[in-house]
Amino acid sequence: MNQFTFERATAPDAAIASAARSSTAQLGASVRFVAGGTNLVDLMKLNVERPAHIVDINALAVPGIDKIERQANGSLRIGALARNSDCARYPNVLRDYPVLSQALLAGASPQLRNMATTAGNLLQRTRCVYFRDTAHACNKRNPGSGCDAMDGYHRNLAILGTSDQCIATNPSDQNVALTALEATIQIRGVKGERTVPISDFYLLPGSTPDRETILEPGDLITHVTLPPPSPGARSAYLKLRDREAYEFALASAAVVATVRNGNITRVRIALGGVGTRPWRSPEAEAALTGKPVSGANFRAAAEAALAAAKPRPGNAFKVELAKRCLTRALTLASTQA
Amino acid sequence: MAPIPTDLEHEIENEQDAAPGQAESGLLSHRLSRRTFLSQASAAGVVATAAPLLVTEPAAAAPAAAAHDEAAAVRAIPVTLNINGEDRHLELDARTTLLDCLRENLAMPGTKKGCDHGQCGACTVHVNGRRVNSCLSFAVMHAGDKITTIEGLGSPDHMHPMQAAFVEHDAYQCGYCTSGQIMSAVAAVKEGFGPTDDDVRHAVYGNICRCGAYSNIVAAVQQGRKHI
Repeated sequence: MNQFTFERATAPDAAIASAARSSTAQLGASVRFVAGGTNLVDLMKLNVERPAHIVDINALAVPGIDKIERQANGSLRIGALARNSDCARYPNVLRDYPVLSQALLAGASPQLRNMATTAGNLLQRTRCVYFRDTAHACNKRNPGSGCDAMDGYHRNLAILGTSDQCIATNPSDQNVALTALEATIQIRGVKGERTVPISDFYLLPGSTPDRETILEPGDLITHVTLPPPSPGARSAYLKLRDREAYEFALASAAVVATVRNGNITRVRIALGGVGTRPWRSPEAEAALTGKPVSGANFRAAAEAALAAAKPRPGNAFKVELAKRCLTRALTLASTQA
Repeated sequence: MAPIPTDLEHEIENEQDAAPGQAESGLLSHRLSRRTFLSQASAAGVVATAAPLLVTEPAAAAPAAAAHDEAAAVRAIPVTLNINGEDRHLELDARTTLLDCLRENLAMPGTKKGCDHGQCGACTVHVNGRRVNSCLSFAVMHAGDKITTIEGLGSPDHMHPMQAAFVEHDAYQCGYCTSGQIMSAVAAVKEGFGPTDDDVRHAVYGNICRCGAYSNIVAAVQQGRKHI
């Protein structure tokens, strides 16, 4: 691990100013925030992340940055530093956004959930073995150097949103639920505050797989906000993986649906484990809106969701797996009381 | 702080391995093990870095050159950690994880390094009463936190009920995952989980056992939870 200077920040402007010294907020950043540390410290041990300066933001004095608070307009504001375990069991989350609680509890381990934060989870990096091993060629770590995953081990990698440069998945469960819930992300930077919908937050790899989010140097995520819950919405998070616990998704699906008189009046669908970013599926949503609840309609929506899939030999099974995952998640959601 | 007696130290005490003339030497005048050597080294104020046998000077002794000062600041950050109720004053390389600090700087090897990447749970300790993987945070981040390790949970003569349950149910084979299992189980009981064996498995799935002692671990947790 490289040596680094360390600062424990309380004033947000000081933290932002420190981070703004870096020329990038993407891979290779020379200044990093640390909150839970569960991803950053892991990647620093692998020498994938090598920041020269680290800013500990656990004591940052930003109102509500570590809290979960219902807002006057009915939305739920989740602090960037709220721990995943606390968010998963928070009464408002359990009652109004249970898909988020299910997704969080499906991820990592109890210990990791006690450390990991909302914003840290948003920013967690791919589990591609070649990204995590600096001995291998990786266009994300080193643009233009090649991708050893393409003809190597890519069982856990993406079939949607890929490019000829990169097929790395976003491995998070939380982010899939947040995508289906249409969360927005509050960011404070050198130029002030802004809000970004989660659907605009992540970048496709394209020809610049080293750029993963819209964050600029100095940017500090302060909150994630969920819109007021849809009345009567039913939801489900289903995660499929090689073992029952403590493992990332091969395919997962988050579904939030409103059903009236047996018809789906509104539905939001996001897939995990299969996309280069948390994968919202407007195709599946369009195929289902206004349609009766039925297995056949669910399956048709799943076909639409995966129609653009570009599998490689080692992850081709994911196409059918993801379809069945989404179909099952829709069934689970719609058969709730 | 007297080291907790272990089988290893008793072995060496009983072995007739002191050569003639060595009885006069300060080091060999009492029982010597790798564990006591390290704890004496720490007590003598020698600061170990993440490479345990490397000795660095405290920041006060560093020359005035700015680059060296900054490098020294990186290598010797002063921090006070509260471990098992006791304040410990340290100067640490910023890179020292809480796990390495416990094992190497504080000579408290009860917490184990299994994978060093948050994938096994052997390094589980409590920070402010909550279970965490000590391999994945930097020690200098924990100023002001209350840290509990297996050494603070109980001792051979005064075992915590969960420790006693693990002993009674033979809930270990090599013992390497055990302190993490116990720390995790104790915290899980406080978090709360359902009554069945499957609930227990789900509550502590963040702790892996290569020896496969799981069935006895589940039985131990089911007993230990009744007495907390």
